[in-house]
Amino acid sequence: MTNTTDTASVDERIKAEPLLARLMKRPELGAIAGLVLVTGFFLATASEAMFSLSGVLNFLSPAAQLGILAIAASLLMIGGEFDLSIGSMVAFAGMIFGACVVNLGLPLILSIPVTLAFAALIGAANGLIVLRTGLPSFIVTLAGLFMLRGLSLVGLKWITGGSTQLRGIREAVEGDLLTPLFSGDAFGGLFAWLAQAGLIESFPNGTPKVPGIPVEILWFVGLALAATWVLLRTPAGNWIFAAGGDATAASNSGVPVRNVKIALFMLTAACAALLAVMQVMDAGSTDARRGFQKEFEAIIAAVIGGCLLTGGYGSAIGAFFGSVIFGMVVIGLTYTSFDQDWFQVFLGGMLLLAVIFNNAIRKRVTGER
Amino acid sequence: MSEPIIKLDQIEKHFGNVIALNGVSFDVRAGECHCLLGDNGAGKSTFIKTMSGVHRPTRGTITFEGRPMSFSSPRAAMEAGIATVFQDLAMIPLMSVARNFFMGREPTRGWGLTRRFDVEKANAITMAEMKKMGINLRGPDQAVGTLSGGERQTVAIARAVHFGAKVLILDEPTSALGVRQTANVLATIDKVRAQGVGVVFISHNVRHALAVGDRFTVLNRGKTLGTARRGEITSEQLQDLMAGGQELAQLESTLGGTV
Repeated sequence: MTNTTDTASVDERIKAEPLLARLMKRPELGAIAGLVLVTGFFLATASEAMFSLSGVLNFLSPAAQLGILAIAASLLMIGGEFDLSIGSMVAFAGMIFGACVVNLGLPLILSIPVTLAFAALIGAANGLIVLRTGLPSFIVTLAGLFMLRGLSLVGLKWITGGSTQLRGIREAVEGDLLTPLFSGDAFGGLFAWLAQAGLIESFPNGTPKVPGIPVEILWFVGLALAATWVLLRTPAGNWIFAAGGDATAASNSGVPVRNVKIALFMLTAACAALLAVMQVMDAGSTDARRGFQKEFEAIIAAVIGGCLLTGGYGSAIGAFFGSVIFGMVVIGLTYTSFDQDWFQVFLGGMLLLAVIFNNAIRKRVTGER
Repeated sequence: MSEPIIKLDQIEKHFGNVIALNGVSFDVRAGECHCLLGDNGAGKSTFIKTMSGVHRPTRGTITFEGRPMSFSSPRAAMEAGIATVFQDLAMIPLMSVARNFFMGREPTRGWGLTRRFDVEKANAITMAEMKKMGINLRGPDQAVGTLSGGERQTVAIARAVHFGAKVLILDEPTSALGVRQTANVLATIDKVRAQGVGVVFISHNVRHALAVGDRFTVLNRGKTLGTARRGEITSEQLQDLMAGGQELAQLESTLGGTV
């Protein structure tokens, strides 16, 4: 038997790959292209105010709120699972947080960990049910979507004696050392100085028009960087890709697939709780309708960001850009002469395009024809 | 001749009232390729799973490096140095070759929060190991899905050898491959054997087995029918043993000896 030179030397049948083809293989490419397109559209149609400093922060703020969910959802999707209960989890965690702060009078240093732990526990339960029964996570967490929403309604009525809103949170957290970490604007001093120096717009009395960067944007950016680091540069990231790509193969190679998936469910739920804490502190009240349909928006942002519905492929940075596109369109339409309800049409269209695009990319990566 | 690395003696495996294995004896020495031949349903899969720690034998003894051994899990067998490359290869098509190579055993750098997957090291080792096996990758980030069946098989074998396999069990590595790819995989087996690894080559293709094997054992209806050395046995004899000596002789004449 002789060793043929089929592959032993540089294979003359493989052409050098052009840069564009290499870029095409990055999962987040679609989201970046989408962002360029959407930016171009608003540059052409929206009033200039949209791309001023206050305009940008204006659309980054809802983008960040969605993004905190979407980045966690994208990790979970890469790991091969869904969580449809995260929207309801925002309401449920908001209720737990409100009860801790208002009814029990706990300081934030206790209330926030309790809220996050409660959410993570429910996330772990979701994960355990999915893994034990082998049912699709789609259906298990759909049950969670309704149960948590119902529990938030019932629970809030029970706590408040009949109302689905719990007020008085702003008063309760005022003066707490941790409050600035979760609500309001950061870098106030810097912005005041910039305004005085005339570098950013200010009111006639000298205070800046933009008081600072909303903290959720910082959380959003931080989370995106951390998730990307974990995915691309740690063993755990490799396990997430492997668990979503083929759970059996991963398991046979020694990847702790069960633990990876349960940890991802916990992370997703905890991120929903983090968002709940920030929203509730910002609004000063919690409401059983909070986070309504956010699970779909988060999954759409993750898919626009390049996540495959079948798992094993995607990126956290993609979900970041997907969320920015989202915020841009929601807010951007108010700067144009278009009817704001075009938003929904856009959302569906974007999702469809992204899925078709991702499917083509997957075929390219796996060499299917 | 050196002592066998692993020796299985009179192994029986029963599933309820089904006797899947009924007295199988088999051993592998370092640096040899021992072929286990058997037709479909002969008990090959059950035997591999017993050897790799998935099943525990109902009766019989396993001796590993001179000591009696009972593996509690595939993981335990793997850590002892028994690596199995199953037909599904445990590869993820969407992931790069390097990420697949180190799946579950990622090299790391740094401590605490900066502890990270050493991508450069993983890439370099993958490229080097693949080159040793005669495969030039476009790059370590090439997705496994773009490799041919034979190349994937080679990645799986290279991975097992890199992580210290003493015994390498290959489950029908050539069954779905074309002629050239088969030749490449057989050449890979030859390289692995030269490194002192004991190779168990499971197949129902006598020609592939004869091309690379040092010894041949035939499994039929859950029993081994003895072991022959290279040169002691012809392809017709092996063929006959696999079929249990039945109708094949007759078939042989109609097909003109092409099976």
